[in-house]
This record gives sequence, structure tokens and C-alpha cells, in this order.
Amino acid sequence: MGKRILLIEDEPNIVEAISFLLNRDGWEVSTHSNGKGATEAIARVKPDVLVLDVMLPGRSGFDILQELRANPETAGLPVLMLTARGQTKDREMAERLGATRFMTKPFSNTQVLECIQELAGNSS
Amino acid sequence: MLKRTLTGGRIRERRLDLGIKQADLARQCGISAAYLNLIEHNRRRIGGKLLIDLAQALGVEPVALSKGADAELLQALQEAAARHSGDPATLEDARDFAARFPQWAGLVAAQQARISTLERTAETLTDRLAHDPFLSETLHAVLSSATSIRSAAAILVETREIDPAWRTRFQRNLNEDAEKLADQAQRLVQYLDSATDAQSDLSAPQEELEQFLAENGWHFPELEQPGRQDAERRIDDLVAERGGWLGREATALAKRWMRCMAADARALPAGEFSAAMQAMACNPAALAEAFECDPARVMRRMACLPAQPAAEAGPPSPFGLLVCDGAGALVFRKPVAGFSLPRFGAGCPRWPLFQALNTPAAILRRLVETPGEVSTRFLTYAVARPTMQGDFSGAPPMEATMLMVSLEAAKDFCAQAVPEGPDAFGPVQAVGSSCRVCPRTGCASRRELSILTEGG
Repeated sequence: MGKRILLIEDEPNIVEAISFLLNRDGWEVSTHSNGKGATEAIARVKPDVLVLDVMLPGRSGFDILQELRANPETAGLPVLMLTARGQTKDREMAERLGATRFMTKPFSNTQVLECIQELAGNSS
Repeated sequence: MLKRTLTGGRIRERRLDLGIKQADLARQCGISAAYLNLIEHNRRRIGGKLLIDLAQALGVEPVALSKGADAELLQALQEAAARHSGDPATLEDARDFAARFPQWAGLVAAQQARISTLERTAETLTDRLAHDPFLSETLHAVLSSATSIRSAAAILVETREIDPAWRTRFQRNLNEDAEKLADQAQRLVQYLDSATDAQSDLSAPQEELEQFLAENGWHFPELEQPGRQDAERRIDDLVAERGGWLGREATALAKRWMRCMAADARALPAGEFSAAMQAMACNPAALAEAFECDPARVMRRMACLPAQPAAEAGPPSPFGLLVCDGAGALVFRKPVAGFSLPRFGAGCPRWPLFQALNTPAAILRRLVETPGEVSTRFLTYAVARPTMQGDFSGAPPMEATMLMVSLEAAKDFCAQAVPEGPDAFGPVQAVGSSCRVCPRTGCASRRELSILTEGG
């Protein structure tokens, strides 16, 4: 069985495209489209890598990341944060809260896949 | 009228107007002709007794030789030097430059003012890009659509063998995202077009209001008519006719201020109020009591009613006016010569305007003195009171109003406005324009270092 990845992103077409790429690469992909219930989804799926959008309905990706890092069970989970805002302050905020990697939209398929593979390699 | 901007130039101009020889004037004042020559060419500072002697010999008030423009021009030159080289030119250098090349000095000061305006515009635009919720949300949606299109297109192009069902889904996604992107782009363009039309968003609406009112002498005879019912129509007509160049926000500000002026005119009819001002020595407290109205209204009326309201084109009121909100932000300014106001940002914390916020409803009368070599004393009255509100939900917002007039102008306007005696108004309070350009040292109210002094 492949490694588990959870994709928390509210744009369904982005979710579909990334899911297709990851499935093809052998990942077991789960998705969640809302900030609310995100931590429960993480607890349920227990992913090896988490892809987390910053701007989510219900709750921001930064809030979710902060909670993950405060929890010993998820403090070391590799997290790739996605955002449409490439501002320095957002990048700094992501780093400060403990994001493993940070990627701004529009990213290429190759970029996102390589990044996730790298995170999976580091986590194994 | 003395047109020169520096004291020495004014002395020379006045002397030549009177046909007095340099040597004769020098002898009369007990100085050498060579020294007077240096003074007239702004190569020597002048003040104190010698300035008084020269003014007396030339038949003018000392303030006519030294007032206003010198200090403002020199301050502007020093600010320009400090902003662009980091090293404020010495007062002597600035004076020398202004004396030798007055037009170039004026140009430098004007360029500095223009740069400040452009910097503010850039700040406003940056602020808009960073914080405008519509722009932020729409750009986020555009980037999300672009990401989705890029991913789906790459999958379709790069995957040699793709399941027909997946191919159909990605083609459908591409179509959906392309439509979304077109819609988002269109809304963005419409928004930016409307923002470009509203130029007032980029310049300061208050500056536009100030210019509009100044161009109209701070007074509209049309608003003096007693009828309340058609006041709104008269205001609309006036703004449409004379303020077509105003931006959206400035137009709203102008109409709000003019409604206030019309209400002031109804409560304090021009002829009656003008006579009362003279009879009551321009004392706003006495006038407010006599007319049974808000002292702030009296101050607004004093600042905006022409010196001779009945005349077709009389001189404007000699009174300046400042209004600030409870946070100390200036929301209205009618400047007067010699009392420098910051172009942007906060004013001097020592202004009685701000002190009034601490003592609501009390009318403060203070004699203040502006800084610099050519300082001027101003008589000020300030009051703070809650503004109107339509409900009972909490503490009403506060607003403070300050009336100011130079002692010289006050005497000219109404001899009784300034009683004789050194302590007629209590101790003189030292004030400035804003900390950044204030040369005073050791001021307990200073909030930032001055560019005019080392160490502030």
C-alpha cells in the first residue's frame, strides 16, 4: 500500500488534478474541502504528508497548522502549505508556525509532485 | 505690499519704495551702511531691537518685515535637504540659498511638496493592494483558476494514455475554469476602471476640500439665505458648478461641510453676528452665550464669515480653524499665515486643540508661540464636545475645534480682541507644527526626532 496523503483544499478542480497526479504516483489520497473539521480529518486519516491550503472556508490553514504543531502526535507531520498569496509576511508566518514547505499558486504539477515526494522521503 | 519672501529683501524693497538712501537709513538706526547692505541681501540675521528700529524708520510693523513666509520657506528647504541627503542643511545655508536664488528655492520647496504628495499616493496604492478585500479575494480566485487550468492542461498534454473518463473530466474542468477566469478578469477590470475614475481615493480628499473652500474664499453667499428647505439644492448646484473637479470623497466632504455652513448661517445671521463679534471683542465664549449656541459653531462662523460680510468682495476672515476627531486626526483645516500645519500626519501635541479633548465643554483660551527665528504669537480658543448621534448605544464620538488668529491680525480686525498687558492671556505656550519639523529641544511632548535638530 502507498503512503497516505491528505489534501485540504477548497477548490474542487485543483483537488481533482492533484489527486489524479498523486494516485498515478502511487499515493493513497484523501481529501477535505473545509477548514472546519480539518483536524478531525487529519486524526482520522493519519497521513504521512499533509497538503494544506491557507485560505479555507471556516478556518484558516495557519490556525490548523498551529494546532497541529501544538499536538505531540502531529507536531512532526510534514506539511506543504499552498497559497495564492506569495507575500513575504505569509511565507514568514508559515515558517514561524512550522510549515515544512510553502508553495504559491499557480504551481506546476512537477513542482508540487517533487515537493511532496521530497517530504515523503524525509518523513520515512 | 511687500512681496519679497526674506526679511532683508523686504527691508530693501520698503526702503527703495520710500526713496531713502541706504546710508541714511543705516545712520538713523545706528549701524554702518555696509552692515545694512549685508542685512538687505540676507547675509546677516536680523531680529530684536534692530528689527524694531528699522521697522520704525520704515514706518511699518516689525512683523510686516519678518512674518510668515521666511520661516515656512526655510523650513521647507531644510526638510527637502534632510529627506534627500539625510543631512539637514544648516539654517544659514538654506537662508543663503533662498536669498541668492529665491525662485529656485521656491521650486525646491514646491518639488518637496509634490514628492510628499506622490509618496502618499504610492502608500495609498500599496495599502489598497495589500488590504482591499475585493482585490484580495478576486486575485486569490484568479490564481486558483490559473492553477487549476495549468494542472489540468498539463495532465492532458503530458499523460500519453489517459482513461477516457478522466480525459472528459479534465476537459470539463478546463472549460469551467476558463469561464471562471474570464468572469474574474472582467470584474477585476471593471473594479480597477471605477477606482481610476475616483481619483480622490489616491490624493487626500481633505486637501481637495481645502483647495475648493480656499478658491471660494471659505464663504458662499448663496448659503446665507435663510430658507432651509432648498439649502440642499443650493449646495448641489454650487458643488456641481464650482467643484466639478472634486473627487468622489472630496465631493461628499464638501457637501457635508457646506450643510454645516448653511446651518451656521441660519443660526448666526451674518449682519447680526458680525456686529456682535466687534461688540464682544471676538470672544467666542461670550458670543456663544449671547446667541445661545454651540461654541464650535461660533468658531466656525468666525473663521468663515468674511471680515466685511456685506461687501461684494471683502477681505477673508483673519481666523484659522482646526477640527480634530476623538483620536486627534485633523478632519478640517483652514490655515492662517505663520501657523504651519503638517501636510500629512499628526500635528503638535501641544496645540490647545488636543488639550481641549481632555476637558470636554470647557472653552480654553491660550496664547501660543510658533517656533523658529521668526516666531509669531497666536491667540487660540479651543473646545471639545460630543458630536450628534441618533441612538443611545454608547459614548458619543468627540470632536475638538480650535480657532486661531495672530495677535497682529486680531488687533487689526478688532482692537478690543487683544487687551493690553503682558499677562492678559496668561503664560505663552510654545507650540510647533509637527515633531518631525519642529526645532524645539527638550520638549516633553515630542513623539519623534526632528529632522531639524541633532538628537531631537
